[in-house]
Amino acid sequence: MALLCVKKLTKSFGGLMAVSNVSMKLEQGELVGLIGPNGAGKTTVFNLLAGVYAPDKGTITLTTAGREISLEGQKPYNICKAGVARTFQNIRLFRDLTVFDNVRIAMHQNVDYGLLSAFLHLPSYQREERKLKEESLEFLRIMKLVDKKDELAKNLPYGEQRHLEIARALATKPDLLLLDEPAAGMNPAETAALTELIQWIRKQFQLTILLIEHDMSLVMKICERIYVLDYGMLIANGTPDEIRSDPHVIKAYLGEEVHDA
Amino acid sequence: MKKMIGIVLTFVVVQILISTNVINSYLQATLATICINIILAASLNLITGFTGQFSLGHAGFMSIGAYICALILLRFPTLPGFLAGLLAGAVLAALVGILVGLPTLRLKGDYLAIATLGMSEIIRVVFTNLEITNGAAGLSGIPQFVNWFWLYLFSVGTVLLLLNFLNSSHGRACISIREDEMAAESVGISVTKYKVIAFTVGAFCAGIAGGLYASYFYFLKPGTFGFLKSIDVLVIVVLGGMGSMSGSILAAVLLALISTFLQSFPELRMVLYSLLLIVIMIFRPQGLMGSKEISLSTFGKLGKFLSPGKGRE
Amino acid sequence: MEQFLQQVVNGLSLGSIYALIALGYTMIYGIIKLINFAHGDIYMLGAYIGYFCMTILKLGFLPSLLIAMAGCTVLGFAIEKIAYKPLRSAPRIAVLITAIGVSLFLEYGTMFFVKANVRTYPAMTGLLAERYQLGGVVVTMQQILILAITILLMVVLQFIVKRTRIGRAMRATSLDNDAAQLMGINVDTTISFTFVLGSALAGAAGVLVGVYYNSINPLMGMMPGLKAFVAAVLGGIGLIPGAMIGGYLIGIVEVFVSGYGSSMYRDAVVFAILILILIVKPTGILGKSSGEKV
Repeated sequence: MALLCVKKLTKSFGGLMAVSNVSMKLEQGELVGLIGPNGAGKTTVFNLLAGVYAPDKGTITLTTAGREISLEGQKPYNICKAGVARTFQNIRLFRDLTVFDNVRIAMHQNVDYGLLSAFLHLPSYQREERKLKEESLEFLRIMKLVDKKDELAKNLPYGEQRHLEIARALATKPDLLLLDEPAAGMNPAETAALTELIQWIRKQFQLTILLIEHDMSLVMKICERIYVLDYGMLIANGTPDEIRSDPHVIKAYLGEEVHDA
Repeated sequence: MKKMIGIVLTFVVVQILISTNVINSYLQATLATICINIILAASLNLITGFTGQFSLGHAGFMSIGAYICALILLRFPTLPGFLAGLLAGAVLAALVGILVGLPTLRLKGDYLAIATLGMSEIIRVVFTNLEITNGAAGLSGIPQFVNWFWLYLFSVGTVLLLLNFLNSSHGRACISIREDEMAAESVGISVTKYKVIAFTVGAFCAGIAGGLYASYFYFLKPGTFGFLKSIDVLVIVVLGGMGSMSGSILAAVLLALISTFLQSFPELRMVLYSLLLIVIMIFRPQGLMGSKEISLSTFGKLGKFLSPGKGRE
Repeated sequence: MEQFLQQVVNGLSLGSIYALIALGYTMIYGIIKLINFAHGDIYMLGAYIGYFCMTILKLGFLPSLLIAMAGCTVLGFAIEKIAYKPLRSAPRIAVLITAIGVSLFLEYGTMFFVKANVRTYPAMTGLLAERYQLGGVVVTMQQILILAITILLMVVLQFIVKRTRIGRAMRATSLDNDAAQLMGINVDTTISFTFVLGSALAGAAGVLVGVYYNSINPLMGMMPGLKAFVAAVLGGIGLIPGAMIGGYLIGIVEVFVSGYGSSMYRDAVVFAILILILIVKPTGILGKSSGEKV
């Protein structure tokens, strides 16, 4: 059973059809890309998967731990609890909080003490907070941010902010990770490091990853399969090689071929 | 622990000063106002400073606590009656908080402010027109059970419990809402749930403050709990720093002193308050403490203990 | 039936006042997304300026009205420049708190200088004291005048907004501040002009209230200000026709609640309408529900 099954997803805003009849399937463990020209609707698809918007039509089904969960129309926090985490195109960190707090907050849904314990700092609070601290530090260690754990998120250099966003997403212990242009604004060296990181976390955390990206070197290198979106519709779906030579894709990005005179 | 010693010591010292009348009854009233305002400011800070929900209706919750406690006390003028009244008032205030919070907390910024203001006004009108509350004339002769002990217990207790809360994962969830609602939802925090929790806890504390007010100043009228009272509390929170508990305490003391000083010039006091608001917002919007807490190096552990949402200057 | 009609007449008068104040709220909110808490106090100061014109300067109704409007424009202009302009890029809570501060400053500053007691406008004579009897319904010249002046001002406003360059600049800045600047619109001037227009209307409302209801006091701006804001939201915040419709609706509802129900609950009813509208359709009667783009 595929981890994520998206059928005929459709969403329009006012009169504008942002996403139209999009169907996708992600198997457990895959690393799949979602590309397309600007305005094609890629982030809208993410927002539909993450629950920011409810689709007008279509279904989104997540299959984890043997259960099938319908995600369409659910609120974002429920979708996160079901096992889907996401990063944002324009980084949305908790800017005035520390690196440490950013990750700790992401672990909240797995924390096991109630309000009473929070007010009175009962033993369950002490115990869970200690666990929380250790796990958060572990995530930071993995993402090489532990030295900056008391730094405010807004003071981190851009590349590390992106890393922190990924670390925060990982802290929610997802099965499916949606990365929205993680390499945006990075130079080639940073992009190469990010490429390695993505492959590494996929293995380490047994993740399935759906990736929006414009940087073709990243996409072609690590994606096993690629979906191509244009004007809200899927125009191609295949391996990197197939996509590279697909005439529809070329037309969408580069326009019609100009014949020699 | 050093913290406990400090707390008990403060209580004892002030109690002695009261018993020997160094702090006379005039100053005692100021002290009561400070304690009540600390509870109000700390709880409003939870809602507005830490969770980022702009509430202009705090006085409404206070009035519910005040009237319920007063009504119960008038019927059962005993210590258990007082405690029951206090609790009942706070619980009712909290329930109204949930009732009001659920539909309105999805509103943003200014709209939420106006909605909470509207709710507070509705409560005031209701109290002005009910027979049982004696309408605009108010309730008098409320049995006085509140003394320094109760004032201190509840104000210190409120601050400690709120600090505990803010230092927990649930408290951090509230803070994350202030920072970025969408990001908070994306990491599994139900923004609605935590907004309502902050609102309800804040309302509960305001209710306690109201009950204490009723049983100390022994006279209530609906006009006391209008928009101006909500503004009074807001000024304390803004001056102290939205997001700093110690700031609220500091500002509560400061403003109570200014109020007492300017008691004979009520209009001047309000003019000063209003200028204070404007000047702070233009020149130092983070108030006195920003969102930092006082870290007293002499009370090393206490300082670290007091810093929930660290940073932001 | 007659009582019903009488209530409608009274409601139209009150509604005119609310509409005039609501217009200022809605224009200012439309252009800088600020609930100008101090707007109700500009209305109050308009009433006071009119009062002093009539009692000390012994001027007639029309000159007093015009001077009050002029005075309020200066006031509105000054407030915007001093208190709101420095906070253009500040978070909304900060500007809102500042607006509350300005409002309190105007109220208690006025109280400090002219004392809190109620002042009474001099009784109107001549044309303005006329009353007409239509069946069982009494319509005073003042009521007709309020309605006429309000409609006139609204027509002038519509003209300015729809047919002049500055009006176009106002509309553009309301829609997209940055784009307006890029198109060469002087946004600062446009915002100042908006405040000036809104304040003039509020000042007019203040004088009309002084003449119609006779008594004024430094805190008279708070409730009408809040209710006018409810009216603006009801009709559709940011929309000028909305403010007009909202103003009349709230005026009529309030008069009817007072007349047929209990006058003690009329404030509560208005606030209940606010909460209801914010929950059910926050964009108001004329507003379009725009989805939020992420």
